[in-house]
Amino acid sequence: MDLPITITLMDIRAIVPELTLICVGLIIMLLDLVVKKKDLVALAGIAGTVLALFGTYKLYGVTDTQFVFSNMFVLDGYANFFKVIFYINLILTICISIKYMEIEKSSFGEYYALLLFATSGMMIMASAADLIVLYLGLELMALSTYILTGLMRKQPRSNEAAIKYFFLGAFSSAFLLYGISLTYGMTGTTNIKEIAFAISTLGIADNPIMYLGLIFMIVAFSFKVALAPFHMWAPDVYEGAPTSITAFMSVGPKAAGFAVMGRILMGAFGDMQAQWVTVLIPLAVLTMATGSIIALSQTNIKRMLAYSSIAHAGYILLGIIAGTPEGLTASVNYLMIYTFMNIGAFAIVIMLRSKGFQGENLDDYKGLAKSHPVAAALMLIFMFSLAGIPPTAGFIGKFYVFMELIGSGYTPLAIIAIIFSAISAFFYLRIVVYMYMKDAEQEIVLTQSPTMNIALAVTSVMVLVLGIFPSFLLYFVRYSIMGY
Amino acid sequence: MLKYILIPLLPLLSFIINILFGRNYIKNRAHWIAVPAILGSFVLAVSACIEVLNGKVIDINVYSWIVSGSFNVSVGILIDQLTAVMLMVVTSIGSLIFIYSVGYMHGDKGYYRFFAYLSLFIFSMLTLVMANNFLIMYLGWEAVGLCSYFLIGFWFHKKSAGDAGKKAFIVNRFGDFGFGLGVILIFLTFGSLNYMEVFGAAGGIVGQTITLLGYKVDLITLICLLLFCGAMGKSAQFPFHVWLPDAMEGPTPVSALIHAATMVTAGVFMVARCNTLFSYSQTAMNTVAIVGGFTAIFAATIALVQNDIKRVIAYSTVSQLGYMFLALGVGAYSAGVFHLYTHAFFKALLFLGSGSVIHALHHAKQDDEQNMQVMGGLKKHMPITYWVFILATLSITGIPFLSGFFSKDEILWQTFQAGDLGKFLWFLGALAALLTAFYSWRLIYLTFHGEYRGDTECESRIHESPLVITIPLMLLAVGAVAAGWVGIPPVFLEHGDKIGYFLAPVLGHPEGHGTHAQEYFVIASSIFVAIAGWVIAYIMYIKNPGLPEKLFSAFRPVHKVLFNKYYIDEFYDKTIVQPVLKASDKIILAFDVNVIEGVVNGVPSLIGVFSKGLRKIQTGLLSNYAAVMAIGVLCVVGYMFFMR
Repeated sequence: MDLPITITLMDIRAIVPELTLICVGLIIMLLDLVVKKKDLVALAGIAGTVLALFGTYKLYGVTDTQFVFSNMFVLDGYANFFKVIFYINLILTICISIKYMEIEKSSFGEYYALLLFATSGMMIMASAADLIVLYLGLELMALSTYILTGLMRKQPRSNEAAIKYFFLGAFSSAFLLYGISLTYGMTGTTNIKEIAFAISTLGIADNPIMYLGLIFMIVAFSFKVALAPFHMWAPDVYEGAPTSITAFMSVGPKAAGFAVMGRILMGAFGDMQAQWVTVLIPLAVLTMATGSIIALSQTNIKRMLAYSSIAHAGYILLGIIAGTPEGLTASVNYLMIYTFMNIGAFAIVIMLRSKGFQGENLDDYKGLAKSHPVAAALMLIFMFSLAGIPPTAGFIGKFYVFMELIGSGYTPLAIIAIIFSAISAFFYLRIVVYMYMKDAEQEIVLTQSPTMNIALAVTSVMVLVLGIFPSFLLYFVRYSIMGY
Repeated sequence: MLKYILIPLLPLLSFIINILFGRNYIKNRAHWIAVPAILGSFVLAVSACIEVLNGKVIDINVYSWIVSGSFNVSVGILIDQLTAVMLMVVTSIGSLIFIYSVGYMHGDKGYYRFFAYLSLFIFSMLTLVMANNFLIMYLGWEAVGLCSYFLIGFWFHKKSAGDAGKKAFIVNRFGDFGFGLGVILIFLTFGSLNYMEVFGAAGGIVGQTITLLGYKVDLITLICLLLFCGAMGKSAQFPFHVWLPDAMEGPTPVSALIHAATMVTAGVFMVARCNTLFSYSQTAMNTVAIVGGFTAIFAATIALVQNDIKRVIAYSTVSQLGYMFLALGVGAYSAGVFHLYTHAFFKALLFLGSGSVIHALHHAKQDDEQNMQVMGGLKKHMPITYWVFILATLSITGIPFLSGFFSKDEILWQTFQAGDLGKFLWFLGALAALLTAFYSWRLIYLTFHGEYRGDTECESRIHESPLVITIPLMLLAVGAVAAGWVGIPPVFLEHGDKIGYFLAPVLGHPEGHGTHAQEYFVIASSIFVAIAGWVIAYIMYIKNPGLPEKLFSAFRPVHKVLFNKYYIDEFYDKTIVQPVLKASDKIILAFDVNVIEGVVNGVPSLIGVFSKGLRKIQTGLLSNYAAVMAIGVLCVVGYMFFMR
């Protein structure tokens, strides 16, 4: 660590995608001053994301694993794959935002800039090879999302959500920092590889201080991915935030949280697997239970989807519990599938929002199949997928996670997960019943826009294609991760 | 490869378009999508069949759906000789039924919905027959069941239709449960679901037993019986036959589709497909043969006395399916499939013909439009319908040189050769043929001959159906006459039995040891019973119309039993349906209220109670959220230190 800090061209090259997003974000803030039509700003955001995606694509093939910035930043298939998830999340979110933010009268240029900043934070998280870099990325992401949550300044529930999210997020950051410092105290380093090395050479895997450090970090990540009992913020924040941001948050920060969880637990704390599995199993069960059961009684669809996303975090965690590269592959595969189906579902929720009509109650979905058969059919696909019914992608995601879990010998846990999955089918299918078997109480006007239609087409097609042809994605994930 | 995939995909596409855009945009133009789609499938199927005729067998894995360790499920297509025959039956008859429906369903409120479901039905059936592994077949199998539920209950505002749909679905569940278990057992035994791998390895497990409830059971027999259980459900064999006659509650084209081209043929097809497995188990084979033979005669006796025109034909289907299983059970697989193929033509014709009659009566505003007792004398009003009906009847009763004669005769001859059990089953079959001839001609005489027995006012309004209905009828009539000519037995025609030799690579070709003299005897007796049944019907309904009434009073109890279908429905109602309903009224309702609703409403309300505490926290007091987190951390830390 006493090396002089030198930054080479290689280092800069490795963070070109992140830099691209940040620069485009800054440009957007300037553009916002002169451009009246916010659609153009949004399109600039999409263009920037595509540029960054291209950068990541170029970097994909460069090297197997590349450490840059004095081993603080890593570029590998694992990170790159997560970045692809973030890009997709970002583009889809922008697509479903444009019209919606106008209706909410909150169409600011900052909105798109903050989305880009948050995404670059996630990317830094996914690529962090050092706990300090990880923390920086996490705060960049978190601060951006706090603001995005409270962007509807005139709505009290938006403000309330932002404040709650901010304070609790700060609280969880404190745990993260405490965990990092304890780990640093025991191992003398914040570098992930060196931590792993120190744990095995010093033989401190059973040290209680190491336990505490590990637990505090798990707690902080659990907060970010909304694992029970650290999920309390999620329903309030998801309900209060602009719906497009809810869609964004239910995927991006969650995926980023799982990205660091996978890297830290399997990379830095690989020797303490027995310990963290002990903690994660009850968390997973509690999370699936909380998510599936409380969602049953929700009447607001955003809240319902909030609990649903909590339950899905539980399923994704199962792949990490399996503790093998294959298990991690299944989790990442699930995350990609979850991205499409969840944003798709939120897109329909957004479509129901029109001027003077909230469209967030489950009752608003009554009779949708009669008035808007295509929208209802799309929602049906997303609900089937979230419930895990073949031939949708949701089934494939769950199938592989459960398969790997059983392969690692956690059969009872898999059975519990399947039971909760069955329970959760109830509230997903209730929407379907409302749409197809009940009569409408009022006329629903759908808010449509070209970008929204594109987002819906992409998500629904992907949900079906990944359900019918799952091996392509799985191959891609395996290829990205096995190097890790 | 795309060509083969498109065969099932075109109807699926038609389904998707019609169901999504039918209500608002397509409306009564739904046939412009559905009919070209099925005709496209038909053309592609024909070209695939030509390839098979030239000796090519198409077995391709389109792609692997799930690969995980040793577990590999692929989506694949197998078009061999057996599939080719099925493809021809499903797409050709399907096309004609689609065209017919354009006229028959004209003006119905659910027109687009009807074509959407019809397309999905065809897609499911094509998936079922084109699969190259059991899982995809199972997918098609279940989808066919679901579609039948949609279509039988198509006029769901009519209670009887809704009930019939439910009945079909639930009765099929019993069979499907067995089929599902069979498929699982196949996977556990062979570690694969692919046909070629399973059938290739089947010889290796002969004689293996597994212990079931303390009994040693022959593994392959168990597999076959479970599979056959599914076939009995789908193909309406005794005791699962009860759903099929009720299935006529659906629109008549649906009845035709279910009875002729799809659904009921699935069971026969599946057993034929698994002939390798069945051939290893004599017990299973005998079961199939006995169930088939019994059903053939059992259903025929019921058909003797029914008055509803569609119900007579429905029982005739059950009976004919019995013949097919009889053939399968004695190892004459190709004879069974041959009969499936000829039967599809004349049965579709009978149903669509009866549909034409019902259509005409309906438009003449005659009440009770399906009751043959109010018909009569329709010959002069509906000449085309009458003549195609005659051809179908000649064919089904087995009058020489029509389709039905060749296939039925092949079955009876193969059965006759199959040992002592075979002789007995042949006798049952021949007797059933006599009954078939009788009830078929009874139907003709009651419907088309004599004087019109309904409202005289209505009679003047009866006229022949439009061309869109009669043209499919005439085309089917050609099939009913000539389709069987591919299977003329070698005793009549050198190099005959083309279809038998065509199917031989898949189904084998039984080399009979009967003599020519015996074969002539079987043929002669078939012809004799066909004509005898005709003559009896002629005497009873034309020559001496008072006779049925006399017989009726003389054999009142017998008639009553037959008319009430041996009280099987009542028996099921008393022993299964009512107890289940009663139990559900009391126990399950209590269970439902306390446990299910307990979960659905109770858990949330429990959580409601629980969350009242949480709600207090959620009034905006952040500190409580933080407190929960802190307590959570303490619990996790405590748990970890406690557990380690």
